[in-house]
Amino acid sequence: MSLVHEIDYGTPASLSEKMVTLTIDGSEVTVPEGTSLMRAAMEAGIQVPKLCATDMVDAFGSCRLCLIEIEGRNGTPASCTTPAMEGLVVHTQTKRLKDIRKGVMELYISDHPLDCLTCAANGDCELQDMAGAVGLRDVRYGYEGDNHVFAKNEGVSNDRWMPKDESNPYFTYDPAKCIVCSRCVRACEEVQGTFALTIEGRGFSSRVSPGMHEHFLDSECVSCGACVQACPTATLTEKSVIQIGQPEHSKVTTCAYCGVGCSFKAEMRGEEVVRMVPYKDGKANRGHSCVKGRFAYGYSTHKDRILNPMVREKITDPWREVSWEEAYKHVANEFRRIQYQYGRNSVGGITSSRCTNEETFLVQKLIRAGFGNNNVDTCARVCHSPTGYGLKTTFGTSAGTQDFDSVEHTDVVMVIGANPTDGHPVFASRLKKRLRKGAKLIVVDPRRIDLVRSPHISAAQHLQLRPGTNVAVVTSLAHVIVTEGLFDEKFIRERCDWEEFQDWASFVSSPEHSPEAIEELTGVNPQTLREAARLFATGGNGAIYYGLGVTEHSQGSTTVMAIANLAMATGNIGRKGVGVNPLRGQNNVQGSCDMGSFPHELPGYRHVSDESTRDIFDKLWGVKIQDEPGLRIPNMLDAAVDGTFKGIYIQGEDILQSDPDTKHVAAGLEAMECVVVHDLFLNETANYAHVFLPGSTFLEKDGTFTNAERRINRVRKVMSPLNGYADWEVTQNLAKAMGLNWNYTHPSQVMDEIALTTPSFAGVTYDLLEKEGSVQWPCNEKAPLGTPIMHINGFARGKGKFIRTEYVATDERTGPRFPLLLTTGRILSQYNVGAQTRRTDNVMWHEEDRLEIHAHDAENRGIRDGDWVKINSRSGETTLRALITDRVSPGVVYTTFHHPTTQANVITTDFSDWATNCPEYKVTAVQVGASNGPSDWQVQYDEQARQSRRIKVLDAAE
Amino acid sequence: MQSASTDVAARAIGIIDQFKGKEGPLLPILHELQDEFGYVPQETLPLIAHALNISRAEVHGVFSFYHDYRDHPAGRHVLKLCRAEACQSMGGDALADRARQLLGIDWHGTTADGAVTLEPVYCLGLCACAPAAMLDGEVIGRLDADQLDEIAVEVRL
Repeated sequence: MSLVHEIDYGTPASLSEKMVTLTIDGSEVTVPEGTSLMRAAMEAGIQVPKLCATDMVDAFGSCRLCLIEIEGRNGTPASCTTPAMEGLVVHTQTKRLKDIRKGVMELYISDHPLDCLTCAANGDCELQDMAGAVGLRDVRYGYEGDNHVFAKNEGVSNDRWMPKDESNPYFTYDPAKCIVCSRCVRACEEVQGTFALTIEGRGFSSRVSPGMHEHFLDSECVSCGACVQACPTATLTEKSVIQIGQPEHSKVTTCAYCGVGCSFKAEMRGEEVVRMVPYKDGKANRGHSCVKGRFAYGYSTHKDRILNPMVREKITDPWREVSWEEAYKHVANEFRRIQYQYGRNSVGGITSSRCTNEETFLVQKLIRAGFGNNNVDTCARVCHSPTGYGLKTTFGTSAGTQDFDSVEHTDVVMVIGANPTDGHPVFASRLKKRLRKGAKLIVVDPRRIDLVRSPHISAAQHLQLRPGTNVAVVTSLAHVIVTEGLFDEKFIRERCDWEEFQDWASFVSSPEHSPEAIEELTGVNPQTLREAARLFATGGNGAIYYGLGVTEHSQGSTTVMAIANLAMATGNIGRKGVGVNPLRGQNNVQGSCDMGSFPHELPGYRHVSDESTRDIFDKLWGVKIQDEPGLRIPNMLDAAVDGTFKGIYIQGEDILQSDPDTKHVAAGLEAMECVVVHDLFLNETANYAHVFLPGSTFLEKDGTFTNAERRINRVRKVMSPLNGYADWEVTQNLAKAMGLNWNYTHPSQVMDEIALTTPSFAGVTYDLLEKEGSVQWPCNEKAPLGTPIMHINGFARGKGKFIRTEYVATDERTGPRFPLLLTTGRILSQYNVGAQTRRTDNVMWHEEDRLEIHAHDAENRGIRDGDWVKINSRSGETTLRALITDRVSPGVVYTTFHHPTTQANVITTDFSDWATNCPEYKVTAVQVGASNGPSDWQVQYDEQARQSRRIKVLDAAE
Repeated sequence: MQSASTDVAARAIGIIDQFKGKEGPLLPILHELQDEFGYVPQETLPLIAHALNISRAEVHGVFSFYHDYRDHPAGRHVLKLCRAEACQSMGGDALADRARQLLGIDWHGTTADGAVTLEPVYCLGLCACAPAAMLDGEVIGRLDADQLDEIAVEVRL
């Protein structure tokens, strides 16, 4: 094994289709017009020495090392900034160039420490490489002069010297090693789009400065790691590299955080991760990362991880460690007993959106073939189930229509109920890059999210609607488009049913859907809404990106369909730069849905009532699959409270913290007789479990994740599972204990079974993924290399379907007792219930959940910034600290749900989407008031959790 | 009465608002702030960043690039002596030493009584009349020791 090597071409690729041919060092090379001479040389295998150039950012021309000579031209131009032209004859190595380069290197090295042997970048330093490349043997200037290297010069303190900045938990900034190439500054600007770095001063005084000469942690830096990746020296270095040393081998794998699905190189030393470096060939992220994927992997070796299976009779007992065999036997016996006693349908399971496709497939197979029922559900229930339903109904496929590259061709972006800079940061960076190049942005969100206005980008329109009024607003956008005649008649006639369109058009055209009519309801200025509609309909390629702010409502599915209507009416489907793009929350939430995790659907979104589909699985698995849908998560919990549902196998989901109405979830779990939790940590749900099966992290197994763009990405095992088994092995062993004859020896065999049974995956094999890197489903005979953009010449369902979207107010309403609307979301540094990120240094950015409240509402209640406040709803109450901000409108409050101590879901109600039961997290009527400390529930819960996590210490009998 | 910092912010915002619609407004804003306060109060940089929708880092980068912008008040008078090549060759070094001696301060220093700040400058574009200087914005050509002595007295009156 060795490091996965990536070629640095020095400058970004040119997209020109016109080719030019030139001669470099005697070799002919043909490149697209606009390619730099540096890149052209590299493509011919000739590496021109360079320091300030790297292909993630535009050419800068400052290091003066990459000079070349061109026949017939004067001087020695920089190869990074000189474009290739037809017929040029270029020399990269002449006596004159050698002398200049050596001289330049001497200057660099005269102000650089000579501590290579003890330097963290030793072996991975471009300055070192270039010193070698130019044949530097001597530095005529010496090292005694003015410098940034030494704290003292001859006993006198050196004003130019600056100490290391170690404020960021993941990397250090050592100004003494900086060569001021600006790569970090440019990466922060061009790749990440945060503009947190600058070069302060000028000439010899120039230094990299985060913010206004601040520490990294105090600056605008979001710790995405792009600067560290760009740094050619040890100036910006991962602390893990400083501690461990340089990696010796690496494997390409996929991040296990959000639905962007970034590809990373896991750079290893033995079985220890040295660092995660974003992979340039990763088609979702194109070499970029965020603070979570890049740095927050430490949870995988956190001391809280449970490594041995545990069992207990009652949830009030302490845990007892047992052997794997005993655990499997216990679960198998219990589930069989329960089924014997309470019937076949009294048990079920939940698949995980964090686990691989293969693992998810096996869990639903265990339930369908082993338990013999369809009581399988997944966490997508509580996030994007309306996406599946809405897009399937309108377009015919339960998934987003584009790849992420598509954003580079978009002219107008509409972001609805999503906060990409926090939730999907790498996509946000790609979006911001496009916005800086001139695309227009419309934001539909109750909060003023960062995209509305942050350095160098701002939304053309922000429709700051009242939570719960999405349908009214999106329908009203359609009203403007239809009544002002801005719809794309040709597209609609060709691709959709004209009759249906006319019916829908007459529906949206009615005056009660006009922006003016809905203003009182939604709080959106009618003029702003009209302008947004006109911009979207007439601004060129229009793309809609949406998140949980759309789906997690009582009308989640309706909004998804309203969005689909809008895209069809404006002809924004079926090509690059357009489309409807759900930003999926978790790494494999798309995949877990694809794999048949819903109680009514077999893999590939085929209904269980469909006999021919059941037949495929019946024959292969030798069973008879039930033809009736099973129970959804909320139904399982209801049934448990009613006493008819008694056992559950939960793989990698913390329903107690993430599902709405915590008290109801707790009551449901408490009523069961065998709760099996398969997870990394003793999560909140495990407090109610009878069996705990240790899980494995994404670093410890092979498999695939499917991201928000339907991209199937490989996950590769880089270390042995600390708990002994990958999750798919645990599920398999459990299946065996229940008498199923499963003999998979590698996840690729599971994928083969998926391909065999599921038409949209028919062409997927590990060999193909190895060759292509990744593919987007559908991948089959018609599209052997997958499908980046869907519905190109027509919709998957035939004709696109327009559906009337009547706004129905949620039953959750404000009133005198609960006058404020609470909406929830997430923050950049934390992920979901925080089980992983809370166990990393990411807590430095967000150590607690805060309640965002407008100054007006705070003042009325005598609340000051930072005060403890009590928040209660019809469901319950909790306490947390207030954060006074104008990001939310008066009447709206906002919080995150990353910390179990907050238990934000104690407050959320059990209202849910009419079609899919997706909970209405985004709207809860609440009251907020001053508080002295934790609520009774929080105190009680903490005590219960503490009791529940006890593990009986075994006698030290050896 | 408004606190000092709110006053600075209010005056700064007035200036920023006046210029922010212009093309390339950052340098004019910094100039105007320096004219208004005699220096660019550092707490105004985030205000500029916010108004122009750029980052704090960018404003700091531009501010710190130009030596002409100061982050603290100067003396009542500012004397700049040209230290560039043409002036050096015409006796600039000696004048520079003399100035520092007369005022009892080093480059960028301000006399204890707050009367004058001494600054080096690299070319005033008056090479033909070297050595050159600038006192409170007025250029002086063919500076000599006597003139310098006079200036040293004048600025302390």
